[in-house]
Amino acid sequence: MGMVAGGATAVAAAPLPATEQPSPFSFNGIIRDGQEPVEGVAITVTGNGVDETAETGADGRWSVGVPERGTYTVSIDTSTLPEGLTLRDPSFESREFEIGGSSSVGVLFPFGESSGGSGGTGGNTGTGGNTGTGGEGGTGGEPATGGEGSPGGETSTGTSSNDFGSQLLSRIISGLNFGLLLALAAIGITLIFGTTGVNNFAHGELLTFGGIVFYVTTTLVNWPAWIAIVFTLAASAAFGWLHDWGIFKPLRRRRVGLVQVLIVTIGLSIALRYFYQFLIGGGTYGLSVDRGPVLQIGPVLMTTSNVVSTVIAIVVLIAVGLFLTRTRIGKATRAVSDNASLAAASGIDVDRVIRIVWVLAGLLTGGAGILYTYFIGANIKWDVGFTILLLLFAGVTLGGLGSAFGALVGAVIIGLVTEISTLFIAPDLRYAIALLVLILVLLFRPQGILGRRERIG
Amino acid sequence: MDFLSILNTAAGEILSPTTAAFALATIGLNIHFGYSGLLNFGQAGFMAIGAYAFAIFTMMADPTATLGWPAWLSFLTAVIVAIVAAVVFALILGIPTLRLRGDYLAIVTIAAAEIIRFTVRTQDLTAVTGGSQGLRGQDYKGDFDAMNPLTGTTYGFGPWTATAYDTWVRIIAWSLVIVALVLVWLLMRSPWGRVIKGIREDEDAVRSLGKNVYSYKMQALVLGGTIGAIAGVMFVLPRAVQPDNFATTMTFYIWTALLLGGAATVFGPLLGSILFWVLLSFTGGVINVLHGMGLFGDMSGSQAGQIRFVLIGVALMLLVVFRPQGILGNKKELSFHV
Amino acid sequence: MSDTTTPPRTHPLVEGEVAPGCKKVDAIVVADGVVRQFGGLTAVDVEHVEIPRGMITALIGPNGAGKTTFFNLLTGFDRPNKGTWSFEGQSLAHVPSHKVARRGMVRTFQLTKSLGRLTVLQNMLLGARDQRGEGMFAALVKPLWKAQEQANTERADALLARFKLDAKREDYAASLSGGQRKLLEMARALMSEPTLVMLDEPMAGVNPALTQSLLDHVKGLKDDGMTVLFVEHDMHMVRHISDWVIVMAEGRVVAEGPPETIMQNQAVVDAYLGAHHDTDLGTLTNQQVAQIHHDADADVDADDASAPTTDASTASTTDADQEEGRR
Repeated sequence: MGMVAGGATAVAAAPLPATEQPSPFSFNGIIRDGQEPVEGVAITVTGNGVDETAETGADGRWSVGVPERGTYTVSIDTSTLPEGLTLRDPSFESREFEIGGSSSVGVLFPFGESSGGSGGTGGNTGTGGNTGTGGEGGTGGEPATGGEGSPGGETSTGTSSNDFGSQLLSRIISGLNFGLLLALAAIGITLIFGTTGVNNFAHGELLTFGGIVFYVTTTLVNWPAWIAIVFTLAASAAFGWLHDWGIFKPLRRRRVGLVQVLIVTIGLSIALRYFYQFLIGGGTYGLSVDRGPVLQIGPVLMTTSNVVSTVIAIVVLIAVGLFLTRTRIGKATRAVSDNASLAAASGIDVDRVIRIVWVLAGLLTGGAGILYTYFIGANIKWDVGFTILLLLFAGVTLGGLGSAFGALVGAVIIGLVTEISTLFIAPDLRYAIALLVLILVLLFRPQGILGRRERIG
Repeated sequence: MDFLSILNTAAGEILSPTTAAFALATIGLNIHFGYSGLLNFGQAGFMAIGAYAFAIFTMMADPTATLGWPAWLSFLTAVIVAIVAAVVFALILGIPTLRLRGDYLAIVTIAAAEIIRFTVRTQDLTAVTGGSQGLRGQDYKGDFDAMNPLTGTTYGFGPWTATAYDTWVRIIAWSLVIVALVLVWLLMRSPWGRVIKGIREDEDAVRSLGKNVYSYKMQALVLGGTIGAIAGVMFVLPRAVQPDNFATTMTFYIWTALLLGGAATVFGPLLGSILFWVLLSFTGGVINVLHGMGLFGDMSGSQAGQIRFVLIGVALMLLVVFRPQGILGNKKELSFHV
Repeated sequence: MSDTTTPPRTHPLVEGEVAPGCKKVDAIVVADGVVRQFGGLTAVDVEHVEIPRGMITALIGPNGAGKTTFFNLLTGFDRPNKGTWSFEGQSLAHVPSHKVARRGMVRTFQLTKSLGRLTVLQNMLLGARDQRGEGMFAALVKPLWKAQEQANTERADALLARFKLDAKREDYAASLSGGQRKLLEMARALMSEPTLVMLDEPMAGVNPALTQSLLDHVKGLKDDGMTVLFVEHDMHMVRHISDWVIVMAEGRVVAEGPPETIMQNQAVVDAYLGAHHDTDLGTLTNQQVAQIHHDADADVDADDASAPTTDASTASTTDADQEEGRR
């Protein structure tokens, strides 16, 4: 630590003169494709006021000097990689390293098949290739893992042919898969909003929770998949209950205003998210339970996990629908959603309904978390839920805030828009398109596509 | 020794240009949320707009090289471009949404800020925005560096020692903070500020008194957004432009700083920003020491460092529930409807 | 109420016969064919109505009659499906609410909207019109607005003294009692020097001790040359201070007349009996009214949270009205 005592603030050191004196510390490495060194690949080191880009030389070597110890982000510009070369793990595009004890740190960028990749389905490199065939399409690809960017470009549906029709079909199937996953999580948001008026910005973390528990139980402690699933679902439901018991019920008791509660959920989101990163680290980790063999249905290739998750999502959504419309407690939930004070006046235990809603939300969203890890290629990252939080809100708003059926329809539309848009625009903009849809809906039909403009009686 | 160096580093944050930029962004948000009650969750978007507009204009138009303009004129023009971009962004956001209910503005602003970030980091725009890598500092700092009247190597003392360039950034950034604070103070003691605060309380009541609420909300949105854009420029002067710096998390940190210092107070944003960065640096140092002592097992230092952000989240939750008026706020004038 | 007699057919305020929608000698507000529907339900359907100038007119009717909605429509806080109306001869249809207020037609709200975290004085000053310092750039230069501000403050202090709020001058409005907030809202409306003051249930939630002083203040407005239109449930108040009464039921104007005789009108009796057959209107106490409004508040809050547009707040007020109507 003594070195830092020089006093310059950590983030403030001026980068301009930094190159003039020899740097005491450095990052370096060699970029090779197999055994062949690769020239002209740009590597950028940022952090602590440093912003340096180096290119690999003819021997594939690169080196970036930094003035002081600390944590730096080392990223590779994948667009400078030669055709056909992709990072094995998209999250390696940008990683944090710490220079501590030694004066130089070697950084590796392993290339090749993506860790969770399922052979030549094309989906594993997906975002880059407009063709989507084979494993070659990804070089121009933007795996989009930096910061809170969209999660890996892994969409696990591909096609066996190149024509537009089958491309579209494959995107639609993938979009439905994604949309149904979103719907599972979005129903939780909309029920919570309906019964309590709270916009839960920490909902993404419920989803990540499911993914992480599943990752820990299957991959770190090697439980059989079915036990892991049951445990994850139970843990997720308990986590939902804990949200209500530990945070939201006390807040209701204190009669804390809705804007305040909104900000509490933001704080909760930050705390949980970085706690996850503290627990599992900042990388993307593959799950030990793979996605099953690739199935070909007509021109469309999809993994077994995709088919299974779509079926599960549909079954669960039907079950939720029946629960809300047929059971006593489900009807009570809708009554509270409609008008809490009226429901309370007619003898419904509003607190109990809200508790059940939280448990249900935890269960559904945690389950969606398991399925989502497969949707993005059988891996987990600490912020997967947060990256799709706004998509969840988009789905919920699109369907009309507070309506469970609306959330289903809205989420499926968002899933489809997201996936189909990749046929026309850069895949790394697909979430932007979904958010644009959200904004446009709010502007022209703020009550959502299924909402009523005015409420009466 | 270790503890002293931690304190030293933390103290250095007080005057860092990042803190200044952050304070500016928070002052802008204070005009939005603290005084006008606008739930802007896209302040990072305004910063991104400012930073990118400034950097891209400087790199693309580069009036110093192409038109032979003096550095100050080129720099000033670039800042004005950033401001104009922010105004346009605020209008695009505000025209449709300011008529909607408050939490809709929250969702629209957060979504719009993310759209900005996705757009600047898309590979298709790499030639302009640098894609996910962003823009290198060297490419747009020339004008600002050329304006630097300081010629020595280092300035300041103790924890506040900095290079000539860095000191120059500090001087400008902190001057702007002072200007913004004076501006807020002048506005909020005026009848204009009274209308704005009235709108925060109940816009229908203000409307019934003949004030054009929509226009006032727009003015507040534009003003706070403009300050946010200038904050963006100041934020990238000491570093590179990186799209992921302007993620939602940044907005949330700005909110934390605002609520920490006290919304609807003139100095709250300043105090909150300074405390935020000092505490972040301090806890980072402490965790680093604990990590050195082996408290976190074989966990890497940066992984252990995440505890800091967990603390931010927890602090934000506790703050908003137990002291929503922040440090400087008046309990009776706290900025939430109870 | 069995001795229903035929009300007089003429009145000095009226040109021709007294009848629903009759023509006034000197009307300040004239509304024609104003219709507002929520979903399939017609909340307001007023064919023709005129408000006499310089008088205190009461707008009464059972809950859910559409009184508040009509208020919202006239003042631009809600938009009708169709209809035209004018204020001092100028059309007000499609004029935004703040411009309505600038023309001199200022309203208060059923649920008081005092600006809680502004002081009483700041609340008052907000009411003053045409303030130079309310422009963003002029606001920065105090000399531009200092004199005007001083004049406004003097006027505000005078009004506060008149409404006996001068002791509370520097207190936050949130610390005032319900009745004091009603007074503040009225005083604040007067700061804009209106021609027509529209009071939406000025007595709702007011401590009985304050009732008399509120009545006097409303009468005072008339003495100062203003026209007053108010919505009220309390027939005592209506009888005490109004010069003219307009009765609405199910969105329509069903009767008009002077307060002394209006309750003898068969249409009025029917309108009220339809909804409140178990309540003697004359004896509905303030506590009862307060209770009803407390309930309405709770409903409105709940609705506000989930209703999507800004229209929602007005719509849900009507909700509350209608819910009460069914009880």
